[in-house]
Amino acid sequence: MLTSGALAALAWLAAAAGLSRPNPGLAQQWNRAAFEAADMNEALRALGAANAVESKAVRFANPTPEVADNGDAVPIAVASAIPGTRSIAVLVEKNPTVLSARFDIPAGTEAFVSTRIRMGASSAVVALVGAGGNYYYARKQIEVEQCGCGA
Amino acid sequence: MGEPIRIRATVAGGLVEVRIVMPHAMETGRRTDAKGEVIPAHFIRNVSVEHNGKVVLTAQWGATVARNPFLHFRFQGGRPGDTIAVSWTDNRGDRRRDEAAIE
Repeated sequence: MLTSGALAALAWLAAAAGLSRPNPGLAQQWNRAAFEAADMNEALRALGAANAVESKAVRFANPTPEVADNGDAVPIAVASAIPGTRSIAVLVEKNPTVLSARFDIPAGTEAFVSTRIRMGASSAVVALVGAGGNYYYARKQIEVEQCGCGA
Repeated sequence: MGEPIRIRATVAGGLVEVRIVMPHAMETGRRTDAKGEVIPAHFIRNVSVEHNGKVVLTAQWGATVARNPFLHFRFQGGRPGDTIAVSWTDNRGDRRRDEAAIE
């Protein structure tokens, strides 16, 4: 049986060896409530963005399509012209879980991300930008020819 | 562990363009196999990209990011030869970290 002193020593050794230290730089938090949200309002609330306002300074950039051949991999690129942009999220209104991705943008990184997501059906897609404690969004309807089955 | 992350970083007009592909199944947990059994969810949840040890982008992802996730972004201040490191962890606790030099 280990004494509390031995346990403390073991904990110290583990810490010294870096065993208990998360990967530096790798943000380990994951917003479960937001990623499990089944509708847009619930997801926005979970992101703290219930008061988001529509903004022309948020835009879908190339190569975001009007019509996607294949819902399994739909290119989505978002650019923000809002000063102090610190986050960009992509949400798909008709997916069973609406939030696909949330990016944190440190100073020095352009307010732009491009990725590929699954879409189970034609849907409005929302690009949500966080800046200065406020949220701004753009919406775009994307038609999907072939479903991203299992999205 | 998974396959190595593919990283391409180039300097253009004072910005570093980073393009990344992370081989990963990204199973949504909503698909079924040939026997009709649900394929369990298996997807990357956290991503971090560092330039010479400084974080230049982090992401939280859900299961609806496409298979073999692709990521493209830009940051200021990188030079050829600098190190770009990309790390991910998934919902099973698997992780992977790879590095490349800026071209």
